[in-house]
Amino acid sequence: MLIDEHGFYGEYGGAYIPEMLHQPVEELKKAFDSYKEDKTFEAEYLQLLKDYVGRPTPLYKAENLSTKYEAEIYLKREDLNHTGAHKINNSIGQVLLAKRMNKKRIIAETGAGQHGVATATACALMGLECKVFMGEMDIKRQAPNVSRMKMLGAEVIPASSGSKTLKDATNEAIRYWINNPDTFYVIGSVVGPHPYPQIVAHFQSIISKEMKQQFKAIQRQPEVIIACVGGGSNAVGAFYHYLNDPVKLLIAEGGGKGLDSGLSAATSVLGTDGIIHGSKTILMQDENGQITEPYSISAGLDYPGIGPLHAHLIKYQRVESFSITDEEALTAAQQLAKMEGIIPALESAHALATLEKVDLKNKCVVINLSGRGDKDLETYISNIS
Amino acid sequence: MKKRIKQLFDQKEKGICSIFITAGFPEKESLLNLVPLLDKNGVDLIEIGIPFSDPLADGTTIQQSSEVALKNGMNLLLLFEQLKELRKSTEVPIVLMGYFNPIFQFGLEAFLERCQQVGVDGVIIPDVSFELYHSHYEVLFEQFEVPLIFLASANNPERIVQIDQKSKAFIYLLSSASITGKQNTFSAEQLDAFKDVRELNLKSPVLLGFGIHNRETVKIAHHYFEGSIIGSAFIRALENKKPVQEFLQQVGY
Repeated sequence: MLIDEHGFYGEYGGAYIPEMLHQPVEELKKAFDSYKEDKTFEAEYLQLLKDYVGRPTPLYKAENLSTKYEAEIYLKREDLNHTGAHKINNSIGQVLLAKRMNKKRIIAETGAGQHGVATATACALMGLECKVFMGEMDIKRQAPNVSRMKMLGAEVIPASSGSKTLKDATNEAIRYWINNPDTFYVIGSVVGPHPYPQIVAHFQSIISKEMKQQFKAIQRQPEVIIACVGGGSNAVGAFYHYLNDPVKLLIAEGGGKGLDSGLSAATSVLGTDGIIHGSKTILMQDENGQITEPYSISAGLDYPGIGPLHAHLIKYQRVESFSITDEEALTAAQQLAKMEGIIPALESAHALATLEKVDLKNKCVVINLSGRGDKDLETYISNIS
Repeated sequence: MKKRIKQLFDQKEKGICSIFITAGFPEKESLLNLVPLLDKNGVDLIEIGIPFSDPLADGTTIQQSSEVALKNGMNLLLLFEQLKELRKSTEVPIVLMGYFNPIFQFGLEAFLERCQQVGVDGVIIPDVSFELYHSHYEVLFEQFEVPLIFLASANNPERIVQIDQKSKAFIYLLSSASITGKQNTFSAEQLDAFKDVRELNLKSPVLLGFGIHNRETVKIAHHYFEGSIIGSAFIRALENKKPVQEFLQQVGY
């Protein structure tokens, strides 16, 4: 899919890696290239998704929302996956790949902890050692997920460099990988050096693959797909098999306190071209090319970059981006809870809030409900009176 | 353009002593004193680090020096001004080391043009791989006659040979695949790898870096290769306010 021999989507992507990672990245590329076509590997992956993760996830028609917005609104229920979000689709796939490569130890980075929990889960299942790098700030903010990872047998390593959040956890994971090239690094989003964006997109593409089958079964066609974007893995998953179809693709970014507030994570609006974590993309930085710390109420959306495929799709206007403020997301979460009886993750609430921003009258719309809101209860309780 | 690196290797075949310093560390203007001081005390080549918020290949020592330098207000514009000033009084070969994002933001073409103007003798960009250089950036580097210096891992001889073919200045040999400032001494395996690399009879001179921090490791580097590069250990000495001459003597430079 639209990726060149050097791992670029148009001008974005590539592998901007230090020489020390040349061999491990080559090894990964080779393994992925051979297993992505391997029928036994795929069968094992799909079996685990079915029996362990609980796929396919339902495509649910939200009647009450549909009535309110005078549209036909479906929710792709990634929140119903084991561990509560789409992240497990990728973790199961990559840990399975690691196992085939005879790796004994897995490392991962995590922000809110969802990818950390998903990877710790996959490692527990497949009997591999797991170390999760997490910013010191995030360890404090996301205590329940830290406990979950520990209960699953993973070691949580605090990242104390820089701003002590996701960006720094990713730096620390990469440094650990450089020092221990025999470990397998499970990246959680469609970011990082090639082939990671391709690998994560591959494993998340199950979302749109199912959507196609599910819409076919009810003889409908989506006209608009909406997903939230931090790094962008759930969005790539939901868009993947529709990229060449006449379907509008909308992304919702963490607008934070507003675009002009200095507290935002709306990378597509506030970012410029640059290199972060091994790939060329759009990122938030100052005029000297120092990477800045984004802000969003949602810990899954406050990443300073965006996956290179998204950067490419934004540049060619294949996707349209919307910046959703903290407040708009909170309102959308509350609305879904009251109208449909579903408490969404704060990240997914950003996608839901897009319903207020664009005229969808009489359209067939699907929103990727990437995760459930259990992890965000405290934020909801303290912000919604 | 002056060929300071070539001249250096022509004049001195063994025991090249190189020091890495972070621009803007410990003080904003430190380079202006440190470069002449190192030059005067027999350091043959100076590698100047461009501070970056997210230095992926560096250990805590160089990370922290980078943070301090950024707080001190160091940036590329200022660095080029300082280099211009330095070139009035020193001909020591200078190599810039920087992650790609700040350079990309400055504009690669503008960056190389400034390098050429102020007399930078080579550039190390750890996150621009050998492959990317050839597919995307070689033309610009050639246009401004600024060599990109490649890193190579001691444990991958085939790749070193490949890199050697394209190398225009020297090869920066990594003692092992690890981040900076991570090792105490060299293992028997590493020494074997050094021997293998030496026996490749490369056309380019080789400077060994990563893990060079005392008399013993310098001696090993100079035994196998043309020279050595000290980074983290020197930054630590600056942090501890150790006199530069004393440090250089201590490591046998």
